[in-house]
Amino acid sequence: MGQGKSKRAGYEGVVVAAPVSVPYERFSPEPAHWWLAKALAGLGKRAGLSVDDIDGLCVSSFTLFPDTAVGLTQHFGLTLRWLDHVPTGGASGVVTLRRAARAVQAGDANIVACIAGDTNHVDSFRAMLTTFSRFSQDASYPYGSGGPNGSFSLITSHHMKTCGTRREDFGKICVAQRANALNYPGALMQSPLTLEQYMEARLIADPIVLFDCVMPCAGAEAYLVMRENDAQAQNLPYANILSTIERHNAFPDDPVQIRGGWALDRDEFWGMAGVQPEQVDMLQTYDDYPVISVMQMEDLGFCEKGAASEFIQANTLTYDGTFPHNTSGGQLSVGQAGAAGGFLGLVEAIRQLTGEAGDNAVKDARIAAVSGFGMINFDRGLCTGAVLLESGQQ
Amino acid sequence: MKGEKCNTLAALATAMSSGEVETVDLTHTLDSDFPVIVLPPEFGQCAPFRAEVVSRYDERGPGWYWQNISMCEHTGTHFDAPIHWISGKDLPNASVDAIPATAFVRPVCVIDCSKECAENEDFLLTPEFIQAWEKQHGQIPAGNWVLLRSDWSLRSGAAYLNMREDGAHSPGPSADAVKFLVEERDILGFGTETVGTDAGQAAHFSPPYPAHHLFHGAGKYGLQCLRNLDQLPPTGAILVCPPLKIRNGSGSPLRVLALVERSAA
Amino acid sequence: MTDPLQRPPKKDPQKRTVLPTPPPGARSRKAIAFSTAAAEGRLALQNCAECNHVIYPAREVCPKCWSMDLQWKDIPDGGELIAETTLLTSVNTYFRERMPWRIGTVRLDAGPMVLAHIHGDVGEYERVRMIARTDKSGQGVLMALPEKETANMADDKQLRTLTCDPKHRRVLVTDGRTQLGQCTVNALAKAGASKIFVGIAREWRPYDGSAELAAVSGVELMPLDITDTISVNELAAEIGGKTDILINTAEHVRPGSAMQRHGILTARDEMETNYFGLMRLIQAFGPGMRGRGADGDNSACAWVNLLSVYALSNWSVFGTTTASQAAAYSLSQCLRGEFAGSGIKVVNVLFGPLEDSWRQPLPPPKVTPKRLADAIVHALRQGIENVTLGPVAEDIVRRFRDDPFVLERELMQAPEGQAV
Repeated sequence: MGQGKSKRAGYEGVVVAAPVSVPYERFSPEPAHWWLAKALAGLGKRAGLSVDDIDGLCVSSFTLFPDTAVGLTQHFGLTLRWLDHVPTGGASGVVTLRRAARAVQAGDANIVACIAGDTNHVDSFRAMLTTFSRFSQDASYPYGSGGPNGSFSLITSHHMKTCGTRREDFGKICVAQRANALNYPGALMQSPLTLEQYMEARLIADPIVLFDCVMPCAGAEAYLVMRENDAQAQNLPYANILSTIERHNAFPDDPVQIRGGWALDRDEFWGMAGVQPEQVDMLQTYDDYPVISVMQMEDLGFCEKGAASEFIQANTLTYDGTFPHNTSGGQLSVGQAGAAGGFLGLVEAIRQLTGEAGDNAVKDARIAAVSGFGMINFDRGLCTGAVLLESGQQ
Repeated sequence: MKGEKCNTLAALATAMSSGEVETVDLTHTLDSDFPVIVLPPEFGQCAPFRAEVVSRYDERGPGWYWQNISMCEHTGTHFDAPIHWISGKDLPNASVDAIPATAFVRPVCVIDCSKECAENEDFLLTPEFIQAWEKQHGQIPAGNWVLLRSDWSLRSGAAYLNMREDGAHSPGPSADAVKFLVEERDILGFGTETVGTDAGQAAHFSPPYPAHHLFHGAGKYGLQCLRNLDQLPPTGAILVCPPLKIRNGSGSPLRVLALVERSAA
Repeated sequence: MTDPLQRPPKKDPQKRTVLPTPPPGARSRKAIAFSTAAAEGRLALQNCAECNHVIYPAREVCPKCWSMDLQWKDIPDGGELIAETTLLTSVNTYFRERMPWRIGTVRLDAGPMVLAHIHGDVGEYERVRMIARTDKSGQGVLMALPEKETANMADDKQLRTLTCDPKHRRVLVTDGRTQLGQCTVNALAKAGASKIFVGIAREWRPYDGSAELAAVSGVELMPLDITDTISVNELAAEIGGKTDILINTAEHVRPGSAMQRHGILTARDEMETNYFGLMRLIQAFGPGMRGRGADGDNSACAWVNLLSVYALSNWSVFGTTTASQAAAYSLSQCLRGEFAGSGIKVVNVLFGPLEDSWRQPLPPPKVTPKRLADAIVHALRQGIENVTLGPVAEDIVRRFRDDPFVLERELMQAPEGQAV
């Protein structure tokens, strides 16, 4: 059967706008509804829109129980033509964009609010792990309950042995992201990080150390999807969508996860956009652990598999470097607000491309690549995706 | 005599208050450790004493303590009625509830064989031994209880039942002694310190278990697992031994007491 | 290199006892079948009946061909360790208290990739031998052992959480009057138990083997009559806090069906020993053991019930006895639930007729007391919860699994005095 034999439709006339990041808090007594509401209100304020203007909603959240997106329609006073609840975790930015864009393109909705957010109570992280997925309950959690730390240390260890990545390479990524975060007021981590500190850091699960791990927190991120005409009419700065890819459960027979779905769809990703990797001004990867950021760099084609170490050492990864990467600090320095972690890179990219970035602005930013990865079901992340954005004509 | 004021009980009451008449307890404490007779495994067994606490000032009953108890009719210090044995099953008034109450407060003779039993665990009381005792203490009156003092109650644990591969080894009356006490002396009942009125090896006697067979066959009663017989005079004490009034009961555990005149002890 | 387990020091009476915490115990219904096989010491995974694909984790449908016909089958236990890590922190309290902890990814010879606990003597990329056992939550887990036995292998810290090794532990054998009880005592002494309390009821009755029993190393004879609540409570008051393993060898067995019996007293004796005796032991010893499930290297760890296989399905030749065994079996299931999460394994050994006086007229094959005793110790060493011993028991269990209602009627048809 055809594997993408028929040409996929492009995204002409559909744009993303209004990047909103609700400042994160380590712990919050408020429910997820509160954080999502704050993001939605932020969208309304930024875009000059009211309740009646939003006719599509796309939600991503882990801590919304007992509600789904459905409950939020009545809660937020929305009467919608289009509704989706996306459970793809770290790939949710890319996936919500793909869903909303097609709805707007087909005329099923005019203005779609995409919001992601989670609260974080003292016990939230542990509670989330115990109910994360059936396979992790049956086949992963009983073995040490290290959470993703256990699974990703196996992946990291395997990647180091197979592809030659070294702790210094992961360390460089972390250090550069921390430097970026120091210029992003929303980041929870505000103290500098040196490579020496990284190399000496406390072991969490061999070979993963403290600075390889994100800090779970409460927060929310959001953006709008609408027609280009409408964005212009609202005087909203926006970004165009050049291409997107999405893949779930790629390479199921790889013994340990060494690559993700991007490797399968890479050619389509660049071909659809008519862009080369060298033309990209910044890369936002999903960075639950540095090894996954490296995997995204390899599998999207910024470097060859096994050549990541050279690539990282040959570049500077700060917002003002040769290869700006996770320019607001990524989850590793900003914090992981549950599902909002899947939106973080996308919202930062939109911010950069619409001229709204602050001290961490990438100079002359025109094209951004945003990559998503999510949902460790058992021993590997299942969801992958990526989107190429270009700053809009304004 | 009717109409005349009776002074005997008043005198007894006075004597009991002053200690001139003592009440001696001849009963073992009823607890789960006390050995019970053990029959061949194919037969039904005598249940040991068991107590299950119903409540003890706790959530099962905050202000009170009580137990449900269970046992065989022949557990611990106990009374045997004639209906207990096949030879007595058709006699009138053979069950504990039908025995006239007069049987339960009667004079008692105590025959001391403790020295002989210490030397011979299978000692048998014979007519000759009884007659020798009677030479000293007078003929056993009809209608009396007769107790065999062996000091066996001082034994405990395995030494009490004294079971070996060929059965139990403990003292008791010979068949002839039983016949003598029934036919020549017409006693009311016979009591021992051992677990049965019969000797430990009585299964091999003729008839087997002569104390049970012949005493109960003649409508006589039995008492077992007695103690403190060394505190009783050979004659002159009054035995008090009323069993529970169980419908059609073959016997029951009971409190056995003796009234003893101090000067006579 | 595994260090040999040292004899644990005397417990410090000033220190608070560490309470048991469980590893994660939630499993989907399909995954519970893995646990039940692990409880028997078997490594079993789903096999697709259509395409023979071996499947893990357990699921509803074959991921290769979408067949719903998935059968649980024992699989070969070989594998290769392809990635490993040592955890130093955990969100789960049980593991957090036991760091560091080795886990790894193993490629099974049968096909699937699994996450497993890793024995300290296994090196990366080495061949391993997989076992499935129940952990302290009562659910099945995988562990990779060295392919060849290594020195002191059983003393590995992680492996010991899956087993109930009697070495250096204190054991109560509830009835030492019988051959079965005495064989069990001997087997425990050989297995390195540091102390063996042996219950003797009715000390005033002599019994065979008493002299030899008292002479076994580590033995302490204790008065115990499990038909007497006071006796059980008194013993528990004395040794309850140092009973690490309890093996209930007491039984009351008599032939006869319900109508063959005259009166209920024998049946009451059977219940008094087989059911109420077990109940008394549970009430007296259970709470203390439950609280000591994490109390050091000689923590409380196992409760062993010895049950006729006919507890599963009544055999009228011993009709009322097997009914009382069924009551005991049901109570043992209750006990398993009550011990869940405490780290105490309820070990049920099901066996066919024993080679003893009450089953003397029954034809072979019968189980000797020595064989049963050895099976108990083996189950404890291996951490196995459900043991089916001997050809008769294996046959009955197999038929029971297949269809218990068919078995019921088969047993009704059996000629007198003969097993099915």
